Amino acid sequence: MMGPGIAAYVVVSALLFAIAAFGVLMRRSPLIILLSLEVMLNAGNLALIAFSRHWGDGDGQIFAFAVMAVAASEAVVGLGLIVAVSRLHGDLDVDKLASLRG
Amino acid sequence: MAIAAIDVGNILVWAIWIGAAGALLASGLAVVLFSSPFYSTLALIMNLASVAVLYLLLAAEFVAAAQVLVYAGAVVIMFVFVIGYLGYRAEAPWAGGPPLQTVAAIAAVGAIAAEVVVVIGLKAAGRLTTSAEISGAFGSPQEIGRLFLEDHLLAFEVTSIVLLVAAVGGIILGASLPSEQRAEAPQDAER
Repeated sequence: MMGPGIAAYVVVSALLFAIAAFGVLMRRSPLIILLSLEVMLNAGNLALIAFSRHWGDGDGQIFAFAVMAVAASEAVVGLGLIVAVSRLHGDLDVDKLASLRG
Repeated sequence: MAIAAIDVGNILVWAIWIGAAGALLASGLAVVLFSSPFYSTLALIMNLASVAVLYLLLAAEFVAAAQVLVYAGAVVIMFVFVIGYLGYRAEAPWAGGPPLQTVAAIAAVGAIAAEVVVVIGLKAAGRLTTSAEISGAFGSPQEIGRLFLEDHLLAFEVTSIVLLVAAVGGIILGASLPSEQRAEAPQDAER
């Protein structure tokens, strides 16, 4: 295998996951939280594909496809929720959304 | 002569890898740090493109193509439409919470990153140095199709059901509100 070994890919994937997790924890815009979640799923996919290449087994790529389908579904449902919330409240700030608070 | 050619190829792969990995991390940071969701979405496109390059280096051609089609072709377009629909309401202040939350978030993500890097460095690097030999068919559409329809048929069908349910859910969430909820909405907004 030419280029860097699998460990380098996994480290990049972990760093990307951490960066995106920071976005999910810190940002207040639900749109950017969703975008950061997509990046987190991408980081997981990168690790799956890297290990798939390492073991020479295509199953990891099948897993990556399943993750991609889940990411697309999550974006659909998440964006639907964001649109519904913005219609009800007119304000998109996750810190101010307390409708479910008892 | 042959050794020299291999070295040139190796250097080329390294150069592409460094470029793609740098672009990946930089665009990931940009997604998180841009204050406008629209610019974050543009950075996400860059992120998806550079991760597709890494997939190509890992002999996953079909996943790379599907990644660009599914994400750049569908998910990002959806994000752009929703941001366009929301307009100024999509804008939100950069970050929230008291400083304690910021510190905790940084500590949490630092712990995740450090944990993986340390585990890779101390325990796993020895096992990750030599990768399996693969044939040219690895990661090709034929191979993926064979795996999907022979070994992972259930996963394939469940994925299609998940997508169908998500599509129905998206339509229900996006459909106009029932009249009683609409009557409550202004009062809700004042709160």
